[in-house]
Amino acid sequence: MIHKVDARGLACPQPVLLTMEVIRSTSDSAIEILVDNEASRENVSRAAVTQGWKVDRSDELGEDFRILIKKT
Amino acid sequence: MTRRNIFATLGGIVAVGAIIGVVAPYLQNLGNPANMGICVACMERDIAGAIGLHRAGVVQYLRPEIMGFVLGALVAALLFREFKPSGGSAPMTRFVLGVVSMIGALIFLGCPWRAILRLAGGDGNAILGLAGLGAGVWIGTMFFRKGYSLGRSYRQTIATGLMLPLIMFGLLALRLIFPPLEGAEKSGFIFYSLQGPGAAYAPLAVSLAAGLGIGFIAQRSRFCTMGAIRDLILFKQFHLMAGFLALLIVALIVNIALGQFNPGFEAQPVAHTLHFWNFAGMLMAGLAFALAGGCPGRQLFMSGEGNSDAGVFVMGMIFGAALAHNWGLASSPAGLGEYGAVAFFVGLAVCLGIGFANLKKLKVESPVPDLAPLKNSKIKA
Repeated sequence: MIHKVDARGLACPQPVLLTMEVIRSTSDSAIEILVDNEASRENVSRAAVTQGWKVDRSDELGEDFRILIKKT
Repeated sequence: MTRRNIFATLGGIVAVGAIIGVVAPYLQNLGNPANMGICVACMERDIAGAIGLHRAGVVQYLRPEIMGFVLGALVAALLFREFKPSGGSAPMTRFVLGVVSMIGALIFLGCPWRAILRLAGGDGNAILGLAGLGAGVWIGTMFFRKGYSLGRSYRQTIATGLMLPLIMFGLLALRLIFPPLEGAEKSGFIFYSLQGPGAAYAPLAVSLAAGLGIGFIAQRSRFCTMGAIRDLILFKQFHLMAGFLALLIVALIVNIALGQFNPGFEAQPVAHTLHFWNFAGMLMAGLAFALAGGCPGRQLFMSGEGNSDAGVFVMGMIFGAALAHNWGLASSPAGLGEYGAVAFFVGLAVCLGIGFANLKKLKVESPVPDLAPLKNSKIKA
């Protein structure tokens, strides 16, 4: 199962906070986060890596970005 | 398309902090007020004076650095396809946070950038200001941990995204059409200071070039002094703090080299020695910056990216500067303004009220269905 988070339209630090919250609580081994700006994409990716997860893929999705992170 | 952004790396943010650390003391050397090579709050306050929103005679100048920050960020955002007009996340609340943050900054006498530059110039009072900033941001992080959010922003038209950059462009045009005239308090309908910090400024071309350059690299790197403290507290993330420290250390070295380093607490330029109020003013400002999601510099850079919520915050700061000087809320080297203490308690209550009123649980379940794997997928760490 992929845990999904929609952080579009949310300003920093909220996309990172939401991601960290899910990393701590989820039993899923993958999380997909939607963000709508490049800065959040960088921040979420950076935060995931510091939590010991890896950025599996990071795609543009129209005007938004989809980041898939996986437990290592 | 995933172009690698070198400014988003650790080396990138350190380089940006270091560049600002060189440019700011040189702006002072070339004419800007002491320990105020760059001060977003002070410079916006001077703009408020120049267009007559307040009439404090010593702080009136159309600072080209501010216009440069927004327009430089706009150019970077356009070049790297990051110009995304957005808005609608509690604009009125952001306006009020802008007002409160400016009043707090003017109780201390400087924004976070100037707090760092004051310390780098030897002003010990800045230690109290920075401690207050840290305390304010820390209170802000508690709200975020409890679910504080001003809600989502939405896509806006290009015209909406361009509003603040166009206002800055207009102000720049006014600076060119009505340049300061020798010994004149007014040029056209623009007010100029004949003495005090407002009369101290680097040449137009230098100020504008510095502003544009910093706006450009700060947009790329997401440099933010409030975010530096916030991310450290909230995530133990050191990234932005590296830029913050690079600015402090490099500015300190450049100040020493230029003979601009004068250590002490007494008789520091455009500063007072009221320890409690230096702390309290920045605490209030720091909390407002945290709740609004960016230091005053970052708000300008985000405005350049088309973020009209950040633009509304900037307008709130300019309005707050007018109130601070019209009502005697701003400090001066002589000490606290007549109503500065009252303004602090009201402002703090406003911030706490906004914080508590916006604690909510967001619905973040993604509405986007599973998609087939996309082409053009590259990993970007």
